[in-house]
Amino acid sequence: MMKKYNFAFFDEGSKREIRRATLKAIAIPGYQVPFASREMPIARGWGTGGLQLTLSLIGRDDIIKVIDQGADESVNAVNIKKLIISTTGVQDTEKTAEATLIQSRHRIPEVELREDQIIVLQVPLPEPLRTIEPSEYKTKKLHADQDYNGIWLMLFEQIMKHGRMSTGADHPVQVHGRYIMAPSPIPRFDNQKLNDSKTLTLLGAGREKKIYAVPPYTKVQSLAFADYPFTVEDMSAKVCRLCGTTGVYMDELFDRDTEETYYQCNDVSYCLQRENKEMDDLR
Amino acid sequence: MHQQERPLLTIKNLNKQFGCGCSHCRDTQGHNLEDNYCPVCGTVYACRNVSLKVYPAEILGVVGESGSGKSTLLRCLYFDQDSTSGEGYIHGYNEGRTNIFTETSQQKNYIRNHLLGMVYQNPYLGLRMNFSSVGNIAEKLIGAGNRKVDFMAARAQELLAAVNIPTYRMKEAPEKFSGGMQQRVQIAKALSNNPPLLLLDEVTTGLDLSVQANVLDLIKVIQRDLKIGMIVVSHDLAVIRMLTDRTIVMLNGRIIEHGLTDQVLEDPQHAYTQQLVYSLL
Repeated sequence: MMKKYNFAFFDEGSKREIRRATLKAIAIPGYQVPFASREMPIARGWGTGGLQLTLSLIGRDDIIKVIDQGADESVNAVNIKKLIISTTGVQDTEKTAEATLIQSRHRIPEVELREDQIIVLQVPLPEPLRTIEPSEYKTKKLHADQDYNGIWLMLFEQIMKHGRMSTGADHPVQVHGRYIMAPSPIPRFDNQKLNDSKTLTLLGAGREKKIYAVPPYTKVQSLAFADYPFTVEDMSAKVCRLCGTTGVYMDELFDRDTEETYYQCNDVSYCLQRENKEMDDLR
Repeated sequence: MHQQERPLLTIKNLNKQFGCGCSHCRDTQGHNLEDNYCPVCGTVYACRNVSLKVYPAEILGVVGESGSGKSTLLRCLYFDQDSTSGEGYIHGYNEGRTNIFTETSQQKNYIRNHLLGMVYQNPYLGLRMNFSSVGNIAEKLIGAGNRKVDFMAARAQELLAAVNIPTYRMKEAPEKFSGGMQQRVQIAKALSNNPPLLLLDEVTTGLDLSVQANVLDLIKVIQRDLKIGMIVVSHDLAVIRMLTDRTIVMLNGRIIEHGLTDQVLEDPQHAYTQQLVYSLL
């Protein structure tokens, strides 16, 4: 085969630059480190931030897993996985426990991640303050001053309007008691998995040219008022139609013929492993 | 002998200039300036050696023509603009021993959120126009570290009621309000933390007479009931006469006259003040 690309697509200098930004991000939990986001063979906004992190970190012995909103086999996930494999030749897996490097869009797997794994999240909008302050110059100042009145006000307004905080996904979190961070559009259900997690979480926004991180065993607190506590989506009464699990994040589906609403694990590989009895630990 | 009252706010030699200054205008005590403008380098000296004191529950008036540095003075006090030099001490922050102008921006935020209230001439500067009125007031409370929704909502409603905003409009955004109502929401916001010092910048300018009277009444009531110290900036001498105890007169960034309001208005000493007082229609 004619060698068209360097290992992992990027030249070594590019990988080093991204890794340097990553190290800084880990050193300052929740702080958005600007980096020279590169042109990729996929369009910006389609996971280029996560992909650049993955490609800068991957080694020959890594086992890669790519998830798109819980699914391993959606077009987006498959294409990203193919690009990684064809430029590196590493092994891939769908089983969360086997992977060493996991790139994910908008979900954190149900299986608890370990210290020897790294999860990379794709981020469309890294700036949690963007909805209240359009200027980057000013949001940087607000972060520096730890002036987070605006984002609290946004949550307050939601309570005034709807009687509760109405963030569906991307509920803002405070990392290590300092920076407020957008956890990427993961459901609120996954916010708690970031807290005191054993694994390193890296977040990359290609279009916005930012990298940030949550190091292992770091306090991640979802923003909430004293009298309106943070709540996650209630999954306790929902049973997966395929594997019979409860208490994990479910998709709601509707059967038009029988007019029945049913639920299915959003994390497909988790569901499959449960079905195949490969996982006996009941969460 | 009764004990001397401690001032709430002390400002010493506050300077604010726009531009770097040059050899022509620097250190010349302003002799080479055209009004407060250096014709050589274009530097504007907006506030020059302004010193003042405000005592608790006292209203200090600031008068002067437009461009005399009144609003710049208030903006420096509220940290909207960085002052070039000078010292400021506020009772209630580190017992008035720390110069507030040299504090970090985090500390300035603290002072702003806990000890100061500001009402701008233009409500667009003081309010988030597309957030609810209740939310606007809550913002100040949030800034002071409050994290209880029910308390903040109740406090906001209490304040809005006090400034005569009807209950059924409290959750509306100020952009839907009339100018007078917006101004009253601003006042409610400024009062939310019971700040010891309130800064009012031309609050009644641009309002019609009956609304003006309402707002002035409100300010007087607040001062009487809550014992808040205030700095009232206005070019309207009638407002100054009605509200203030003491007055300073500014011209070209300098304080040219100060004294009891009655004294200044009835027996002006400086030529400019005389002109100002006698040019009343």
